[in-house]
Amino acid sequence: MTLLSARGIHVHFPARGRRGAVARAVDGVDLDLAPGEILALAGESGCGKTTLARSLLGLIRPNAGTVSYDGVPLKYDAASLKRYRRQVQLVLQDPTGALNPRHTVYEAVAEGLRIHGLTDDEPRRVAEALARAGLRPPERFFLRYPHELSGGQRQRVVIAGALVLEPRVIIADEPVASLDASVRGEILALLLRLRDELGLSALVVTHDLGLAWNIADRLAVMYLGRVVEIGPVAQVLTQPRHPYTQALVSVLPSTLGDGGSRRPIVLTGETPDASRVPEGCRFHPRCPKVTDGTAETAGVAEACRTKELPVLDGVGPAVACHLVDGRLPAAGGQA
Amino acid sequence: MLTVRDLRVTYHSGRTAVPAVRGVDLDVAAGQRLGIAGESGCGKSTLASALLRLLPPGTEVSGEILLDGEDVLTMSFGRLRAVRWAGASIVFQGAMHALNPVHRIGRQIAEPLLLHRTVPPARVQARVEELLAQVGLPAWRANSYPHELSGGQRQRVMIAMALACEPRLVIADEATTALDVMIQAQVLELITRLTTERGIALVMISHDLSVLSSTCDRVAVMYAGRIVEEGPAREVFTSPAHPYAAALAAAFPTVGDEASRLRPRGLGGDPPDPAHLPPGCPFQPRCERAVARCASTDVRLRPAGAGRHAACVHVDEEVAA
Repeated sequence: MTLLSARGIHVHFPARGRRGAVARAVDGVDLDLAPGEILALAGESGCGKTTLARSLLGLIRPNAGTVSYDGVPLKYDAASLKRYRRQVQLVLQDPTGALNPRHTVYEAVAEGLRIHGLTDDEPRRVAEALARAGLRPPERFFLRYPHELSGGQRQRVVIAGALVLEPRVIIADEPVASLDASVRGEILALLLRLRDELGLSALVVTHDLGLAWNIADRLAVMYLGRVVEIGPVAQVLTQPRHPYTQALVSVLPSTLGDGGSRRPIVLTGETPDASRVPEGCRFHPRCPKVTDGTAETAGVAEACRTKELPVLDGVGPAVACHLVDGRLPAAGGQA
Repeated sequence: MLTVRDLRVTYHSGRTAVPAVRGVDLDVAAGQRLGIAGESGCGKSTLASALLRLLPPGTEVSGEILLDGEDVLTMSFGRLRAVRWAGASIVFQGAMHALNPVHRIGRQIAEPLLLHRTVPPARVQARVEELLAQVGLPAWRANSYPHELSGGQRQRVMIAMALACEPRLVIADEATTALDVMIQAQVLELITRLTTERGIALVMISHDLSVLSSTCDRVAVMYAGRIVEEGPAREVFTSPAHPYAAALAAAFPTVGDEASRLRPRGLGGDPPDPAHLPPGCPFQPRCERAVARCASTDVRLRPAGAGRHAACVHVDEEVAA
């Protein structure tokens, strides 16, 4: 069953500096989120993960493709979007920037209720949301200002602001990136608890694969506008099949096996430019399997350079790699 | 190479004294890599700035910072200028702010070279290109402005500058924090290789204990202005002796480790306000293992196994047991 789904999403922006050039920030993505599921969307800066999340929230209207909620395609008129956002709420990365410094905690959390005209029982709803976000007793926080709170408490206020509308989906963009390490675990534990207690679904956008390991059920890895590997977290992270995922996992600081068995695969260069997506497999110019001749030996090097890979289905497990298709014809979709 | 003894740094804000560093000892040998881990407000960045006397005026500093036997805290300003860049250099987080946006990269790398007359003026251009090559940037990048580079490239430029005058000590303060994992891996590999090749001592400061444990030889964990645990990097990360070091280590899950799968671990409470530290062990209000005497004993570092020290009342018992 799917609660939130994206089909063939394309988001294009005018490229910086060059007239007429287009950056394909999201370049064909399918993604499904089931009720009560935590899905992590990982990738490096510029891979399109935040743009994809914003289009799932209805903040960006994709150039092509459909976002559906509960099987119904999203409409982009103001009233439909407003209804949609009661169900699908956003949690931002930096709680200090997300909170108005002149609003009390109570006002910050009640704002969503007022926008949606839910004026009955406001204090109870606010108190309940704060308590759910772990700020107890909630009344003690009502009149506090953001500057009086620690970073972790501020992030809880932001989460309470999302919870107060009783949404079914939370989309969190790097929810703990700006928090101290010891506080992070508590916020992640909160997201897990909300899923267990309220059956909340969450899409967590992150560059941190450790976070995915900590809380997510499924993981989608993005590279240059496409999902290149998707599947259950344990499978993708312990047996990554796409050379890009393999490289990302290999550079994680690890203490398992004393680093002896796992040589880090450090890719050279930076994430390429979304306005110059390479032909063939978009990863091939940086792919270690192309450089070291593995692709050549397997007879797919030509395909890597010239043949575009199909869009992966939104559930997985699936891998967008000519090499994997060549080796395992049954798995990972069609070549 | 670098010896720090009983370093104390106190900021004064209005009438309140804020002790940011409260008695820190460090020893780093040539070619050794020391990691300093801790969270915001623990005093690690103050410590880094103190090592090169970069703290704001009016800050109270005491103790000894010996760089090759010379005390940084008492040296003349002229001598200090010579030591900065040439003896020891520092790479800060956020290279966008550390680089001058209106000057080309090449000119900024050349500046310390010209100032310290490390190479004859005629050779400066060649040396700049050599430094860029060392950090994996093409020579034509010397003509770029900082905004034309990506975050990872700017951080490489900072490293090139830090190495320009062939210092004996490099201090990296959250030098890779803002970078993507792959770029971080590139920069860490670069720092490790260059410091090893040249026998440069490295003090690497980060909130990320997992990165430090895989990059450094030794690690010191700071909490509330003091070192609460220090020892071989890998051991401190895998079998921490201090409850705070344990909580910090657990906050970085090891991918593949079943114990952390769907079990994020954090620490309740918040770090203490340095201006109002709790009595006894400053970690005691958040500590799961706190006992009555933790609130009254000011615990200092004590031996906790071979080459290791920790500041916790439980350590003696465990070592004895």
